[in-house]
Amino acid sequence: MKEEARDATIQLRDIRKIYQIGEETLAALDGITLDIHKGEFAALMGPSGSGKSTLMNILGCLDRPTSGSYKLDGEEVSHLSDDQLAYTRNRKIGFVFQNFNLLSRISALENVALPLVYAGIGRRERNERAMHFLEAVGLADRADHQPNELSGGQRQRVAIARALVNDPHIIMADEPTGNLDTKSTKEIMQIFEAMHEEGRTIILVTHEPEIAACASRQLLVRDGKITRDEGKGVVMDVV
Amino acid sequence: MLFKESFQIALASLLANKMRSLLTMLGIIIGVGAVIAMVSIGMGVRSNVTNSIASLGSNMLIIMPGSSNRGGVRGAAGSMQTLKYDDAKAIQEKIPDVEYVSPTVSSSYQVVYGNNNWNTSVQGVTPELMSIRSLTVSYGAFISENDLQKRQRVAVIGTTVAENLFEDKDPVGQNIRINNQPYKVIGLLKSKGQSSMGQDQDDMVYVPLTTAQERMLGITYVQNINLQVKNADKMDQVQAQVEQLLRTRHHITGDKEDDFNVRNLTSLMQTVQQSTTMLTLLLGSIAGISLLVGGIGIMNIMMVSVTERTREIGIRKALGATFLNIMTQFLIESMVIGIIGGLIGIGLGCLASKLIAQAGSFTTVITPAPILVSFLFAVGIGLFFGIYPARKAARLDPIEALRYE
Repeated sequence: MKEEARDATIQLRDIRKIYQIGEETLAALDGITLDIHKGEFAALMGPSGSGKSTLMNILGCLDRPTSGSYKLDGEEVSHLSDDQLAYTRNRKIGFVFQNFNLLSRISALENVALPLVYAGIGRRERNERAMHFLEAVGLADRADHQPNELSGGQRQRVAIARALVNDPHIIMADEPTGNLDTKSTKEIMQIFEAMHEEGRTIILVTHEPEIAACASRQLLVRDGKITRDEGKGVVMDVV
Repeated sequence: MLFKESFQIALASLLANKMRSLLTMLGIIIGVGAVIAMVSIGMGVRSNVTNSIASLGSNMLIIMPGSSNRGGVRGAAGSMQTLKYDDAKAIQEKIPDVEYVSPTVSSSYQVVYGNNNWNTSVQGVTPELMSIRSLTVSYGAFISENDLQKRQRVAVIGTTVAENLFEDKDPVGQNIRINNQPYKVIGLLKSKGQSSMGQDQDDMVYVPLTTAQERMLGITYVQNINLQVKNADKMDQVQAQVEQLLRTRHHITGDKEDDFNVRNLTSLMQTVQQSTTMLTLLLGSIAGISLLVGGIGIMNIMMVSVTERTREIGIRKALGATFLNIMTQFLIESMVIGIIGGLIGIGLGCLASKLIAQAGSFTTVITPAPILVSFLFAVGIGLFFGIYPARKAARLDPIEALRYE
């Protein structure tokens, strides 16, 4: 148990998130304890309203829990300031969203380079690194295109390149294939599997069992609690 | 984040909404332009008035005799006969900071040449008057020291007098009659036009002071003494010295009242300048209000822009933008509106002020101060009215912002 705790990249202990709606209190997360190890590929499933989005936001350092402890790489992040959370997101976490969330007025390359702007990296290095990751997702020839000139699958690949550009070891994906056709979905899932093989920790929210099946571990969230946890501890060998 | 990046982001988003950015800037453009144009009109009025006072002679002190006071009955100002030509000579000798001293007497006479006659003011003066009043002789010469000593019957006439007496003839060398005595015209003055008080400065005949005192009026005193001081800074000091000297010469001791008055044209000038400065400030601040309204326009548009770009802000925050990053981005955007609007406003304001000067009979004076002040004000307004929207943007909750449609 101790061994396991030290290794865990993500360590949640009795996390609660309480919302006050008028007189009512609503527990979106009701005591979640969870370890996710470096290199794990975990799928987070659950019906809408189960609290999986809230859990995702807390895991992604976009939100803070009402109580409980969240250690990311051994560092307590549950009561960091907004700016400290922003810093943590920038350095440690890459996001992939269902609706891509690309900035529409700038090119694919500039979108990919955006996290590097906030990491304080100079223009030339930003563009080199962004280009490298665009190549990795097979979109080097679309670097100058704006998001609205790209297909859904291409946009999601740009978003993945953006998630990877600052070399975070955790990738958070919220329904990444929710808006994509079958062919694009397959391509995207291949990229996720490749990232997993590279040794990155992936947390993927989905409600599709086929997608969840790609992950090595399936977590089911219901009423703010984790009710099922399958395939725990399956870690790819880091190459 | 680097400042350069914030600047590029701000510029890009302004360019993405060209029409809206331009309309927002319009408030600042009109504001800055109006301030510059208005202040240039005010400054024009000021320089007009100042010039007309200066045309009376700069750094001038005028000594007038005091009012007589016999048994409690006061006479009119200047009714005393205490001021003498010797007083003027003493001032010239004893007070080093005095440039010129010019005692004068004057009276109104019928002036006759041939069949023409003209009623005008005849002044007895010394050669120094020419320098004090900045008179220029167009033909002939002005009254000389020699004329003064010999009490010559010579006269220098202004253009109005020349036109009425001589019509098209050359007056220099002709004899005119003043008070039935013959005077030889030795010079014709260049026209000075009307004074700021509406007085015709060319309707004037000058004769030597001594001639006027002894041959014309039969008096021993002078009606006033004009002084020109070398340096404007010395005005008060010279005034005090003159008062002291005249008190001594007139044997006025202790707390007895002076029998003369010293008037300071510079203090008149200062009063006029103060009131025209007030006028300029008033015009400028009315225009400044439109600048303020322009600033509110900036705030309005920035608020819309923040709401419209909530999602963009959410994305930036999710990717690691801090409070300061977002704040800087929006502040720079509103400042750029202020800067560009200010620059265009400066151009337009200068143009407007030139057009006003050409169209009307106004003088407009453009000085760097209002340009600089209104520009800095415009940038400051961009900054100030940008703070609230920028804060609003920077404080957005990334989760809410990402969910925003």
